Amino acid sequence: MTMLTKSTPNQKRRGLTAVFMSAPALLGLLLFVAVPFLLAVALGFTNLRLGSPLPLEWLGFEQYRRIFADPSFSRALLNNLLFAFTVVPLQTVLALLLALLLNRSLGGIAFFRTLFFMPVVFPLSLVAVVWVLIFAPGPNGMMNSFLELVSFGAWTPRDFLHDPQLALPAIMLTSIWQGTGFQMVIILAGLQAIPAELYEAAAIDGARRWRQFWHVTLPQLRNTLIFVVLVTTILAFRLFDQVQIMTQGGPHDATTTVMFEAVQAAFARQQVARGAAMTVVLFLVVLLISWLQRRVARQEREVL
Amino acid sequence: MSRSAGVPLFYLSLLLLGLLFISPIGFMLAGSLKPDARVLVEAGDWRVFWPAGLSLDNYLDVFARVDFVRYLLNSLFINGMIVGVGLLVNSLAGYAFARLQWRGRELLFGLVLAVMIIPLEAIAVPLFYMVSLAGWRDTYLVQILPFIANAFSIYLFYTYFIGMPRELEEAARIDGAGPLRTFFTIIVPNAKPVFASVAILTFLTQWGAFLWPLMVTSSEAVRPLPLAIATFHSLPPLQWGDIFAFGVMMVAPILVVFLLFQRWFVRGVVATGIKG
Repeated sequence: MTMLTKSTPNQKRRGLTAVFMSAPALLGLLLFVAVPFLLAVALGFTNLRLGSPLPLEWLGFEQYRRIFADPSFSRALLNNLLFAFTVVPLQTVLALLLALLLNRSLGGIAFFRTLFFMPVVFPLSLVAVVWVLIFAPGPNGMMNSFLELVSFGAWTPRDFLHDPQLALPAIMLTSIWQGTGFQMVIILAGLQAIPAELYEAAAIDGARRWRQFWHVTLPQLRNTLIFVVLVTTILAFRLFDQVQIMTQGGPHDATTTVMFEAVQAAFARQQVARGAAMTVVLFLVVLLISWLQRRVARQEREVL
Repeated sequence: MSRSAGVPLFYLSLLLLGLLFISPIGFMLAGSLKPDARVLVEAGDWRVFWPAGLSLDNYLDVFARVDFVRYLLNSLFINGMIVGVGLLVNSLAGYAFARLQWRGRELLFGLVLAVMIIPLEAIAVPLFYMVSLAGWRDTYLVQILPFIANAFSIYLFYTYFIGMPRELEEAARIDGAGPLRTFFTIIVPNAKPVFASVAILTFLTQWGAFLWPLMVTSSEAVRPLPLAIATFHSLPPLQWGDIFAFGVMMVAPILVVFLLFQRWFVRGVVATGIKG
């Protein structure tokens, strides 16, 4: 932008109006995002605890040393990682598959698109509550009897949400159910943006469907897929609602997450500084993922 | 494989997948309409989707046990304010960044883009501390105010406005209209799609808000639906029919809006992934 050296009164007035127009939003972002963010970083270096008689002290990295020495927090980070590495690929492949299936003009396709997108409008807390019952223990549980049916009776009923091995996968499945439609719609839009000429050219070259998919669809969908993976990965690290409602982090930390630990610290135990430090770790992870995404995408097209 | 054999097969697999996908919703809907005792007992076979009795008792039970209408109104008010005031505030900022020349514009816009990456979770603890000091806990205000200014909304408005032809504004400017009047009389009427996308996207992300209300509210009077269903779920006696009835009533309004304005929902979601 080139600022004019001499600004007329009219331009000055317009500039003032611009400041006035953006002020409410900028003030909001400053007060409710920037300040708390800086406060989170600052608090993470202290010992602040609500209602504590101890004086406020600067601890440096002590708080971070403590949380990384805490087995529950390490478990939480590991769980977030496991969640990301399982849910992201599964959900993306499922969404891509659905999008490919639904990317044609046959009668009734719109109906199916609606159907697969529907869970997206369900609040996560409601989804979590419904899936608590789906994972009900005993042979009468819906998931148990479904697995029994598809395994021809080989499945023995388990108590998913109280089983250290199955609780996290149960939460993963719940999340995939709710999140797939969101990804599907974005991928579908990406598919529809691919110029038809590319497929025609490939067809003239004698490329079969499978080859067309590898050589036209996937490369053209690259940025869309990168974006979808980025968003889902970040969501995986923000995981909280399902854990709070379905398992409370249990059994034995099997489903605890960084955010769940942070809320436990800051609210259940009033350790504001400790909670703040944990959320700073969460932010750093999100930052790292976004940075990686930008490196991978590299192209000038901006996403997020 | 010939085309003619492929199509029925295609529909069949789609139908199976679709049924599997909506089975949790069918479970909830059927369960809300049958006696409590049968919800659990019948969850293990085909009767799981059968609304035996078609009774509205569970729905009446919900109203008898909790103040459902109150939660619904709370949610509608909180989200209405966030969406409505947010549209105004963020579109104004988006326009100032996209079209007006002013000192500090580039720097501030860079900061807006930087702030976009900070998730609520990363600032929830200190934000909670701040609003506690301010004495705002357990109010509507604390559930609305922090979410009005939204960096991503500003960005979406910005990308849309910057793509609009300049001629319209030039004409208004020659007529002597200031930026504010130009914005409201020329820009807003010609930018309905972006307003709809941002409104729906904001609504979708805020309607399910759970973490923040959980942190800052303690009384029923200001609680929104997503928190209320979690509380209702843990409220003895555990009656699944009632819980499902609560769930159906909670999701029905948004589902109706979704089915009516589906095109816009999809557009709103796609706007997150595609520039402009």
